[in-house]
Amino acid sequence: MDNILLKVENLHAGIEGKEILKGINLTIRPGEVHAIMGPNGSGKSTLSSVLAGNPAFKVTEGSATFHGIDLLALAPEDRSHEGLFLSFQYPVEIPGVSMVNFMRAAVNAKRKYFGEEPLSAGDFLKLMRQKREVVELDNKLASRSVNEGFSGGEKKRNEIFQMAVLEPRLSILDETDSGLDIDALRIVSAGVNKLKTNENSTIVITHYQRLLDYIKPDFVHVLYKGRIVKTGGPELALELEEKGYDWIKQEIDNQ
Amino acid sequence: MNSLTQYIDLYRQNADAINSHSALIMNEMRPAAASALEGKRLPEKGDEGFKVTSIEKMFEPDYGVNILRMNIPTEIGRSFKCDIPNVSTLLGVVVNDSFTPTSTMRQNLPTGVDVMPLSKACETYPDIVGKYYNKIAPANEPSVALNTMLAQEGLFIRIGRGVHLESPIQIVNIFNSPAPLMGVRRVLVVAEQDSKAAIFFCDHTQTADVKFLSSEIIEVAGEKASELDIYSIEETTPLTSRYSRLFANQENDAKIRVGTATLHCGVTRNDFTINLKGQHSEGYLSGLAIADGQMHVDNCSNVNHLAPHCDSNQLFKYLLDNNAQGAFEGGIYVDPKAPFTVGYQNNRNIVASPEARMHTEPQLLIYNDEVKCSHGTATGQLDANALFYMQARGIPYETARRMLMIAFMTDTLDTIKVEGIKSRLMMLVEKRLGGEQVLCNDCHADCHTNISTPRE
Repeated sequence: MDNILLKVENLHAGIEGKEILKGINLTIRPGEVHAIMGPNGSGKSTLSSVLAGNPAFKVTEGSATFHGIDLLALAPEDRSHEGLFLSFQYPVEIPGVSMVNFMRAAVNAKRKYFGEEPLSAGDFLKLMRQKREVVELDNKLASRSVNEGFSGGEKKRNEIFQMAVLEPRLSILDETDSGLDIDALRIVSAGVNKLKTNENSTIVITHYQRLLDYIKPDFVHVLYKGRIVKTGGPELALELEEKGYDWIKQEIDNQ
Repeated sequence: MNSLTQYIDLYRQNADAINSHSALIMNEMRPAAASALEGKRLPEKGDEGFKVTSIEKMFEPDYGVNILRMNIPTEIGRSFKCDIPNVSTLLGVVVNDSFTPTSTMRQNLPTGVDVMPLSKACETYPDIVGKYYNKIAPANEPSVALNTMLAQEGLFIRIGRGVHLESPIQIVNIFNSPAPLMGVRRVLVVAEQDSKAAIFFCDHTQTADVKFLSSEIIEVAGEKASELDIYSIEETTPLTSRYSRLFANQENDAKIRVGTATLHCGVTRNDFTINLKGQHSEGYLSGLAIADGQMHVDNCSNVNHLAPHCDSNQLFKYLLDNNAQGAFEGGIYVDPKAPFTVGYQNNRNIVASPEARMHTEPQLLIYNDEVKCSHGTATGQLDANALFYMQARGIPYETARRMLMIAFMTDTLDTIKVEGIKSRLMMLVEKRLGGEQVLCNDCHADCHTNISTPRE
């Protein structure tokens, strides 16, 4: 089992001088689904931001190796090309940039990275059409500005649509279930499951066990005070749903 | 002693020569203009409405004025081709300050439309020129009086009553001279009742190592129910200064849209004064500036609501990088006699470097209670969250920045209602932000490529 997709070792990171991640260790192999849960403020979103390369966060210690590459040395766009995808908790609205231009720029930048010619207009539109179906995304959204005026559900579906287009090796879904109604949750989860293969992996960051009914994790980690303090199987999520975090907090704080 | 002195002296010493190369109506205005300048000065930096730009300094260098109308290289105009996609324009060229129509223009001008030298219009249409020339602009303001005192030639555009001109009129202003030169540019546009037309100015400088100053006064008479679109694009050189002032009088139901885009320049100041004099008249202003290096772009608007039921809207956007300086002084004035006014103004700016500066001063003067007015301004940086989001999708940082900048300009471009002009400007903005120097397809102006060897 030496086939490792992502290996995070002793990762420390923070924002504006405040340390938030205090030594994260995490190993993800191809085909695995990892859920990361934890109370508010424990560092879940920071972990996803740091892995994706958000310049607002500074890494102070530790490493992250992504299929043999030093992930932290790459620009955010190159992390994307290498197969990392972050589904944003709050997808950003970009007035004036149409979805079509946005996706064309993304797709062609990746092709350029791998020395390929840009996709022809016809092939590009065909790709868009195919991938839209994964999350039942309305065609009319394509002509609109990125996320502008999208409903909460549309924004999250749009994230999974982009994931479908970019075919990442590792997807980080940062609270993809927040702001979703039951139908949208089902559609988004079904989309994620359709994209699942034995080769690619997923990190699901969530507060609620409910999402894990749809996207079944192999491992569940509990993040608390910037560290992964507990790791278990899917049953850990059920236990958390039932008992809350206090028992873990006590366990850790009393150590 | 100020910059005006040298020009007053020039006029006093050469009045006969100036008059002999011009026309009667224009000559008759000169003595009064010269008197109006006595003891006056041009606006200086810090004056009200001129917080960052000194007109006095702009006019201070000893520019030549081509009094004897010598050596005007009209062949440049003939070789010139400025392509507007999918639109055939009626093209005319102004070399320094002399207008020459192209053969296309001569052949295709429909009946009822005139585009001719102002001196010729003084003979052909003395009544029209007499009615409007130097009457729409405030004749005694120093910059106007200076222009009137020295203008020997100019451009006259008349859209006859009821004529709807389909092709835009395109005027290419070119500077070309071996020695520093002031172009005294004068334009009179008369849109007669129920007429409709679009006019598009492109400003270029061919001799990049020579200093130029464009002193431009544009007077627009928007007669009843006329509709005019006037757009201008400046792509000149770091050694070119420009003080351009547009004055429009709008009669009942007349509509005017004025747009300006500054892509390359030295020091530029544009003034736009729109007088909504007739009921239900409308005035729309838009401006965009993309400035880097040492560029200095200052736009000033005065939209005067002088009659009931008039609408106006203004949108100005600036993108400033390096050491660029931007300024916007915007005004809406609502007269006591102008109830039911709708007047809006918006200014948005992106300052992309720590050294670039933006000065903005939106103003509302409302002397009436029956109005819907607003003004707003914001200056900031590109949205860091949007940049990261795009990068996270694989879009390289520089590309993402460029896309966001273009997006920022989109609504300004959307104010342009003439499709061909809009798509052309869109193309120019994209190329400009892509760092390209020569901007137009098939453009022979070569504004930026011949620093050491002036074109013939």
